[in-house]
Amino acid sequence: MALKGQQAQYQQALLNAQEHPSPWMIVWIALRNHKGALVGAGVFGFITFAVLVGPLFYPYDPAAIDLTVRNQGMSWVHWFGTDNLGRDTLARILSGGRVALSVGFTAMVLSLVLGTAIGLLAGYYKRLDGPLMRFTDFFLALPLLPLLLVIIVFFRDTLSSTFGQNMGIFLLVVVIIGITSWMQIARIVRSETLALKEREFVKAAVSVGTSGRHIVINHILPNILSPIMVSATLGIANAIITESTLSFLGLGFPSDFPTWGRLLFDGSNYIQINVERVIWPGLAISLTVLSINYMGDALRDAIDPRVRNK
Amino acid sequence: MLKYTTRRLMFAIPTLIVISFVLYVLLDLAPSDPTGNLPLTIPPEVREKIRDQLGVNDPIHVGYLKWMRQFFINEPLHIFEQATGLSIGDSSERVRVVSFTTRSPVVDLILDRLPQTLWVVGLSYVVGILIALPIGVISAYKQYSWFDQIGTFVSMVGFSVPTFFTGLLLIILFSSTLGWLPSIYDTTLRVTDFSSFWQQVKQMIMPVTVLAFYNAAQLSRFMRASVLENLNQDYVRTARAKGMKDRAILVGHILRNSMLPVVTMIALGVPTIFSGAIITEQIFRVNGLGHLLIHAIQNGDIYLIQSLTFIFAVLIVLFNLIADLLYGVLDPRIKYT
Amino acid sequence: MRKHIYLIGLFLVTSLLFSCGSPQDSEIATVSSTDRNNTMESTENLESVELNGDSRTLKILYWQAPSILNPYLSSGTKDIESSSLIVEPLARYDSVDGEMVPWLASTIPTMANGGLASDYRSITWNLRTDVIWSDGTSFTAADVVFTWMYCSNEEFGCVSSNAFKDVAQVVAVDTHTVRVEFTKPMYFPYGPFVGSLTPIIQKEQFKDCLGAAAQACTEQNFNPVGTGPFMVEDFKANDVITFIANPNYREEGKPYFQKVIFKGGGEASSAARAVLETGEFDYAWNLQVEPEVLEGMQDTGKGELLTGFGSNVERIMVNQTNNDSSLGREKRSLYLDGTNPHPFLSDLNVRRALSLAIDRSILVEVGYGDTGRPMCNVIPAPSKFVSDNNEECKTQNIEEANRLLDEAGWVRGRDGVRAKDGIRLSMLYQTSTNSVRQDTQALVKEWWSQIGVETELRHIDGAVFFGSDQGSPDTLGKFYADVQMYTNNFEGIDPSEYVESWVCEEVPGPHNDWNASNIPRGCSADFDALVEQLEVTEESQDRIETIKQINDFVVQNYWEIPLIWRARVSAKSVSLKGVKMNGWDSELWNVADWYRE
Repeated sequence: MALKGQQAQYQQALLNAQEHPSPWMIVWIALRNHKGALVGAGVFGFITFAVLVGPLFYPYDPAAIDLTVRNQGMSWVHWFGTDNLGRDTLARILSGGRVALSVGFTAMVLSLVLGTAIGLLAGYYKRLDGPLMRFTDFFLALPLLPLLLVIIVFFRDTLSSTFGQNMGIFLLVVVIIGITSWMQIARIVRSETLALKEREFVKAAVSVGTSGRHIVINHILPNILSPIMVSATLGIANAIITESTLSFLGLGFPSDFPTWGRLLFDGSNYIQINVERVIWPGLAISLTVLSINYMGDALRDAIDPRVRNK
Repeated sequence: MLKYTTRRLMFAIPTLIVISFVLYVLLDLAPSDPTGNLPLTIPPEVREKIRDQLGVNDPIHVGYLKWMRQFFINEPLHIFEQATGLSIGDSSERVRVVSFTTRSPVVDLILDRLPQTLWVVGLSYVVGILIALPIGVISAYKQYSWFDQIGTFVSMVGFSVPTFFTGLLLIILFSSTLGWLPSIYDTTLRVTDFSSFWQQVKQMIMPVTVLAFYNAAQLSRFMRASVLENLNQDYVRTARAKGMKDRAILVGHILRNSMLPVVTMIALGVPTIFSGAIITEQIFRVNGLGHLLIHAIQNGDIYLIQSLTFIFAVLIVLFNLIADLLYGVLDPRIKYT
Repeated sequence: MRKHIYLIGLFLVTSLLFSCGSPQDSEIATVSSTDRNNTMESTENLESVELNGDSRTLKILYWQAPSILNPYLSSGTKDIESSSLIVEPLARYDSVDGEMVPWLASTIPTMANGGLASDYRSITWNLRTDVIWSDGTSFTAADVVFTWMYCSNEEFGCVSSNAFKDVAQVVAVDTHTVRVEFTKPMYFPYGPFVGSLTPIIQKEQFKDCLGAAAQACTEQNFNPVGTGPFMVEDFKANDVITFIANPNYREEGKPYFQKVIFKGGGEASSAARAVLETGEFDYAWNLQVEPEVLEGMQDTGKGELLTGFGSNVERIMVNQTNNDSSLGREKRSLYLDGTNPHPFLSDLNVRRALSLAIDRSILVEVGYGDTGRPMCNVIPAPSKFVSDNNEECKTQNIEEANRLLDEAGWVRGRDGVRAKDGIRLSMLYQTSTNSVRQDTQALVKEWWSQIGVETELRHIDGAVFFGSDQGSPDTLGKFYADVQMYTNNFEGIDPSEYVESWVCEEVPGPHNDWNASNIPRGCSADFDALVEQLEVTEESQDRIETIKQINDFVVQNYWEIPLIWRARVSAKSVSLKGVKMNGWDSELWNVADWYRE
């Protein structure tokens, strides 16, 4: 029932919009009427807003130590409690969120671009398939930890002196996560492309002399958006978690620079003493991933005309 | 198909050699040190002597060639001799690939670990698939239903909460509080009768659950996306128009088509079983290959890491080939020549 | 559709609510408090099932897994301690202040009993005559001589070779008397064959494993024949060892335990949990976990913590050389005959202020609890060597620190950071990755900010930081930071060699491949003179005084800022008795006396 109502609304909105709406307009209208998208965007917007603006209003500094209030539970003074040095958990989550979100997004975009490009090229151009896929195999086979250690040894000081300590580490972390997580996306994109290449509409496009680039961008890419969307949402979660592993190993951000993954990791020893320390960062990561997932779902539905008009 | 397979296999050899060389260079450049865990009271000069003795200070090409000879010539010969009882040349002088920390052959260490990894990680992979597929299909078929919403929520939580946390939670609940399950995997346990079998099941429950939850979360998302993709294809509409029952369409057409990308994903994931699950194995102290690898990395045990990752690389290349072949079998439109 | 969304919202809200309220009200805490009785019952059942026929099995958990059971090839403490169940030295250090006790020897040789030559150039050990190897053959002087030959072989790479470096030869006087001859007078001649690093191995078993051949002796290295209370039944490298009682053990009725399961792997907090909370194991090693976490685990009453204070001191090393990253490999953190001093840490006032600003008792409270004590000396024990001239550091004094810096002309800038002649007091503070150390870093950073010193923190994976890879910039020997923190100690109970390695000549650099021990790179003719004096001092009271002076020199020059005297900390189950925690020798030194009640 609800779906029907939604459809009606959507048709109405289309009528109201204009005589011949552009394709992106249609997508936008579909998105606006998609409940999942609204909820997802709402939650995600709230988290982003809180993370960006929250620290301006919340009175505690994430690094301020107050030994008189160690391991406190939730209270009106410290909303989300404090850790074992009396640092305010909410303040740390807010500041950690900035890092987590920016690392998650940038790394995800990097791996998505790399993975999609390589997958499309390998799937569509037969010549490139062998070399590119062996290249992918190669990256899959690389052991992550030694790779990280080597990268850190060679690039940390250079990057830190060029971009400053924190920006340097940020770039390092993003690149490390990006270049070690694109392979799966590439494999999926390639196999989908292989299948699409044999489909009638692509063959038709080829037969009328459409250029390869045009086919890839306008015909194949839109049709493989759904696995890409799934990869993207999983990619963000993956990046946030990988970042926590890096910090834990001493390869990521310095210890006085909280991130969600690291807060969760540090808090896990305290789970029986102070649950707040794991609940909040865990919830923050989960909610972010969940809301991005809903938005991704909605975007896919909105782009696909068959779903949209069902 | 056969021609394609042989060509791919031929191509795999140079690929693997390049991989092995790059791996070695990487490990040689990495800053970890086999004497790093010794007590600080051991003076630096002594450490230097130990490193010399281990060959850590050899130039890269010397170390790499040494490994090549040991791994590709001496090890296979050793296995051959063990299997047939024959001896070729001077077998006592032949040096096998030896680990720095244990001073014992790397291959023996790996064989020692393989069963636990196959059991725990492999089983969790199977369980994960068995959970993920139906959830993915039903979630897609009834998109935005109750089932789908909860499935989405659970799998997203499953994916976004790291295994170190789920593992800890289970230990606190089932080992500390309830006392039902052991938190430490007993590798000396031999399954001889029902009670020891039950013991084995009990100690596998938690690690398998943690890993299966994580695997299932990821896979079910892909399955759902794939089915959704197919639900709206023209052939489904045609089948419906012909009056086919929904269930029949789902089972007969949609499933088969949407399994395509998922099957390749599953095949591609198989090598990760062998690489073990580093964090989960660490938490529950399962002595699998992941545990071995992290131990080797922490101790700068170059030959052990090199051999493990190389075997892993072989599996990746192999299963990529298998995935491609499977793809050709499942989708007759794709032709390999 | 809409309804579903609301329901999900509701679900989220409830899950949020679950986590609200005080920690006691949370889901997990409630389960544990209300069900405690049931829990106890169910685990008791579990235990009683296990105990039937199993009460004579001892289960030990080391979170680093043993890789080899030959201590001369060990790659860490875990290998040395696990092998201490099998092979034994001539004498061990007691748990009380490290007093020596004879083990395979019948007495400790001294000048008084004629065991020690008057020129300090040889020492004669009388061996016990009732000792039998686990294979039934008897233990003789030949085994002791062989052990020396085994470890001092040039082609071997022996971990304990330092103990034998001044040994000219080891001679079997008769079947049960051994004389160790030194190349120079040894005023502390108890290095070789004392403590867990140099136990005696069997000649018969290892005779074909000399030199380079030692590497191929997998069978011997995994299953050494020993004189100790246990012998190996099964060894899975990097995982678990099964020991069984040695039927030939010299003491009647010992060991109590018939079987030992020695499991390795994982990390410290879960190891603590396995003993203190779930009771699955009897003994867990090296539990550096935050004190409140350990305390919480102890509440279940299944286990208790053990502490043993040895010579471990957590300290901050203060770099005396310039470590600016722009200097490059040829200059960075190198002494270069004093031409490359640190821009501001070469100022004694700054170093002193750094130490004064630290509240050591808070560091103990937050990171160590009962397992650490505030410490102002780099030599914290044995008691006769401990100086009492440095107690000032035990009270934090921010005002005094600020006054010192003001007087020395370091003026606070607009950003609160002090500076002089364009040099800002801004430092890089590095240590290994470990949650307690990161907490300490955060606290120290906070205090230093109160005296106008800016601190940037870095933590490095232990395998890299404590390693000495030539190519790595992150090792403690390279010291590419202004200050760094870790724990150091000395082997055995005599600190002479330890303090002698802090002389100018021992400053690390490319000439010695950074393989040297004067990490802070402090260099002074006065200090070297003190060390020279120690090397020729014979009388033991004078030696003690000199060692105290050396300690004071290092501490009062603030080359090293001692923070905490750290105990070894382990846990045992309440039913396990007879454990004497030892900070000087292997923790498992008296495992033959352990029993279950």
